[in-house]
Amino acid sequence: MHIMEGFLPIEHAVGWTLAAAPFVIGGLRAVRRRIDERPEQRMLLGVAAAFTFVLSALKLPSLTGSCSHPTGIGLGAILFGPLIMAPIGGVVLLFQALLLAHGGLTTLGANLFSMAVVGPFAAAAVFRLARRLKVSLAVGVFLAASLADLMTYITTSLQLAWAFPDPVGGFAASFVKFAGVFALTQIPLAISEGLLTVVIFNALARFNPQELQQMKVTEPSELRA
Amino acid sequence: MKGHRNLLLIVAVALLTALPLWQIQRPEAGPDGKVAAIFTGADEKAKALVGEIAPTYRPWFEPLMEPASGEVAALLFALQAAIGAGFIGYYLGVSLTREKMQRAAKEKAATDDTPC
Repeated sequence: MHIMEGFLPIEHAVGWTLAAAPFVIGGLRAVRRRIDERPEQRMLLGVAAAFTFVLSALKLPSLTGSCSHPTGIGLGAILFGPLIMAPIGGVVLLFQALLLAHGGLTTLGANLFSMAVVGPFAAAAVFRLARRLKVSLAVGVFLAASLADLMTYITTSLQLAWAFPDPVGGFAASFVKFAGVFALTQIPLAISEGLLTVVIFNALARFNPQELQQMKVTEPSELRA
Repeated sequence: MKGHRNLLLIVAVALLTALPLWQIQRPEAGPDGKVAAIFTGADEKAKALVGEIAPTYRPWFEPLMEPASGEVAALLFALQAAIGAGFIGYYLGVSLTREKMQRAAKEKAATDDTPC
């Protein structure tokens, strides 16, 4: 979902940077507050960040014949809420923009907005809805992570379509083209991301039943050590 | 049982990843003898699509630093994954040990309580 360096007109680049900035700042504050209040969750926060590191480094082949990568954002958004994932996603994007020429500094704002703002908020909303509908925990985690992944790539397609409307069909035609590249490729990858998030979530729930309950992620009855 | 389920999930991910490699056929070489590349990055495809939709658009900023080659890029991606996986592995190891020690302490306390 990385929009390449220089591939957004300057006003879009500035606009997306301004749009993403408050989330990153708010997220940094949320991280600090969380660590002050519950220092024992520091390690778990590290796991959420590490999961994003791993998953966004894995470029997986898809049925469209292209490769793309999952984001790993859903896990942290479910555990810690969406805001905290903005700076964490930012670290990953910055690493890739600076060292790998993957994404870029001028497109950092737009990429942040899709992966580290829309993704985590989608994950948290889907997870909360799934909980309310009394869907099982594993299914809720799966849906939250995979839909967040997909929403990130849809957002990227929207951003590019907005910047580069089709000369004939306009915004809609352009969106269909970009979504064909990004969102379609992403469907099997989003499923993989959902499944992998359930795996790591199971492991965390197995070892940290009390912490997850405190974080109001799970109900007491769902966790047996 | 739980471990069993996780194993199944991991197998499913492996299958989902391997399926495209087996499904997608390498296209025939064109008249110029060049074979179209498959499984290129979606990011690169989007970049090409920008060129199609807006042929006059010129990127106005270049990456500050580019990996010297595909191999170097692979190294950095591997490093990124290794840092993440290393931390997760460390955390799970710590959790497992902590649980074992808690259980051992509980057992010890229980045997200490029973009068002989």
